[in-house]
Amino acid sequence: MSVADHWATVTQGKSMLKEISLFDASNCATRIAGEVPDFDITGRVDGRLVVQTDRWTWMAFVAAEQALRDCGIDASVIDPYQLSVVLASSSGGNQFGQKELQRLWSQPARTVGAYQSIAWFYAATVGQLSIRHQAKGHSSVLVSESAGGLDSIGHAVRTIQRGASIVLAGGLEAPLSPYALACQMRSGRMSTGDDPGSAYRPFDANASGYVPGEGGAVIVVEDLEHARERGARIYATIGGWGSTHDGSHDGTDSRQYARALRLALERAHLEPGDVDLFIPDALGVPEMDRSEADAINDVFGAHGVALSSHKSLTGRMYQGGSALDVVTAVQAIQEQVLPGTSGLDRAADGIALKFVPTTTKSTVDNVQIGARGFGGYNSSVVVRRYEQGAGR
Amino acid sequence: MNDRPLRRTVVTGIGVVAPGGVTRKAFWTLLSDGRTATRRISLFDASTFRSRVAAECDFDPAEAGLSAKDCRRSDRYVQFGLAAAAEAMAESGLEPTEELLNRMGVVMGSAVGGTTALEQEYVVVSDAGRDWLVDGDYAGPFLYQALVPSSLAADIAVRYGVHGPVQVISTGCTSGIDSIGYAHQLIQDGEADVVIAGASDSPLSPVTAASFDAIKATTPDNHDPEHASRPFDRDRNGFVLGEGAAVLILEELGHALARDAPIYCEVTGYASRSNGFHMTGLRPDGAEMSLAIAECMRQAKLNPTDISYICAHGSGTRQNDRHETAAFKRSLGNAAYGIPVSSIKSMVGHSLGAIGAIEMAACALAIDTSVVPPTANWSHRDPECDLDYVPRIAREQAVDVALSVGSGFGGFQSAMVFRKFKGVRQ
Repeated sequence: MSVADHWATVTQGKSMLKEISLFDASNCATRIAGEVPDFDITGRVDGRLVVQTDRWTWMAFVAAEQALRDCGIDASVIDPYQLSVVLASSSGGNQFGQKELQRLWSQPARTVGAYQSIAWFYAATVGQLSIRHQAKGHSSVLVSESAGGLDSIGHAVRTIQRGASIVLAGGLEAPLSPYALACQMRSGRMSTGDDPGSAYRPFDANASGYVPGEGGAVIVVEDLEHARERGARIYATIGGWGSTHDGSHDGTDSRQYARALRLALERAHLEPGDVDLFIPDALGVPEMDRSEADAINDVFGAHGVALSSHKSLTGRMYQGGSALDVVTAVQAIQEQVLPGTSGLDRAADGIALKFVPTTTKSTVDNVQIGARGFGGYNSSVVVRRYEQGAGR
Repeated sequence: MNDRPLRRTVVTGIGVVAPGGVTRKAFWTLLSDGRTATRRISLFDASTFRSRVAAECDFDPAEAGLSAKDCRRSDRYVQFGLAAAAEAMAESGLEPTEELLNRMGVVMGSAVGGTTALEQEYVVVSDAGRDWLVDGDYAGPFLYQALVPSSLAADIAVRYGVHGPVQVISTGCTSGIDSIGYAHQLIQDGEADVVIAGASDSPLSPVTAASFDAIKATTPDNHDPEHASRPFDRDRNGFVLGEGAAVLILEELGHALARDAPIYCEVTGYASRSNGFHMTGLRPDGAEMSLAIAECMRQAKLNPTDISYICAHGSGTRQNDRHETAAFKRSLGNAAYGIPVSSIKSMVGHSLGAIGAIEMAACALAIDTSVVPPTANWSHRDPECDLDYVPRIAREQAVDVALSVGSGFGGFQSAMVFRKFKGVRQ
């Protein structure tokens, strides 16, 4: 439950998938998931706040606090109107919502608790963070399923270009309640494998869908001059972003995804050959893996790009997953390390990609991330190494 | 503040699905006549709830051009969105080429997304709340689409084959202004040339009614549904839930001029702030809404006396209307007393995330037709709400500049300015 923990998971290829323990999932088609180990909010925030919020918001409390502490900003001393929260959201406060639905429908009084109206809806987490950290600038909640974590980075930059100094970006997701899981099953994209070690294998010959996970990341995106003036430790810069839509539902057409990747590179003023590491969406559904591989090959050509995926270790956290990939990208640049890819034994037929076999030291200046959201969303972000003293 | 040269955005099409009238024309006739569309809830059995009135849409999907397949696949709020988008697109006259589709986006707001469908399905798979461990085998085929509100913008994008940036914005009750604001920024920054922008919500279901009952946000006045929504009135006692959608076609000015498009107005300001105060409570001073308005005015290069009309959030709760009145006075000074302010929620209810877009549609139509819609049901002055609320009867007057604001759970405060388009030089 920290950047260091996550980086250890990624570089050591430690799988966090196991049988669902948050509830008895033995009768569900998907019984494996990535849970945040030993997550306990007790004592981390005011007890009253705990009962007013969902697990999804609890995770955001923890991540935002870590991010703010790490960036060295005392949120209580900066101008509150210069501080914004722009997070992605997918399915809201699931566990809380299901409990209240149960109360409403199983009891004759037909009532819900006073906090249902503020805990279930998609903006609950951003609202709570803006109160907790006195972030009174422009805030927003972006919903583009798994692409949202990257879209929040693009919107954070837009928000900074319009005057904000600091934006808390990223996203989290807590999709592991019985009803939310039943809903996810209907996407037709989830793995029903029983073995945590093999249930989620993106790009593999035995790929059979994805395994859900909970979590995500909050990332401090800051105006460069503001960061320099306060002598902040700058991890990396946002080089560019791009978003497109397939204009169709099935996701097997790779052209618009390729265009999103190119838009992000163009905005970053980079050529495909400048990219040292690519972190893919890695859905684990064979035809989607193939179309992602097509898009990557279309952009990077015969020379290819070093590619590494880690979602098979944590499960798919939807917008939280793409936000977490941004953290992985930043860490790769910080550590000058290409983390090894996970969950791959033998690439599926027709998938010709340059997977990073094992974690290795290497020059890492530019990392590109790709993400696709259910329903045709494509997004990409390019993260660049920050050179001390360099111009914008 | 970074003052980069930004591109300009105009409105070139409007589509509305609202209570009392599906279509832009029916909606505007209702408002111009000052009629109310609030009634006893018919969409579900509300007999056990504290508040049993709502503004419902008499929506016929087939009449709106939706197929039987659309209806199976898409929740009611997505159907509203598709219908409003179709009307707006038709009016804009756009026939997008493959090249334009790459430069075209969809940004839709929704506060609660597929909640209604999620609840209906929940009742089945949980055996009416008996089982915590639900039986997913009984779930409908499109339940995942209901779980993620990203479905709203995705389905519209697919309908038109859009390939540019697509997004759903879900900032509670400011979603509608914020989605149009997001779309405006995409155009300003050159990320898109045309954006289908708006919002949709169909929250009329037991769980929504119960949620607002629990905090007494909705009115208990069930005896007289037509007069239940009373924004700014001394005797107001809560909002009336509504449903609906509005879609605006936002277009880069040069693009619209080049194709000689009909131009309703220009988007000249958008800003939002958070109050950092309370998830549902509002500080009476209206400080953050006032700052959002001030930033809008700065972008639009306007003085308070330039404002012809304010389309208020005016939900009709005790605290909102007081908060908002204070914000107008704080940001606009004495000029606030001379500006007509009205709440169309008095007529079409509060459709949560959708209403912000419906209110922006009202602003564009007010500018276009030189009519200021009234605040229906207003009859008693509240000493804390002492502005000109355009009681009951619409006013015919020129509207050059319309300001609209929104305020929502989570502390979001948003403001947007539309200005009559009088040529390239402002």
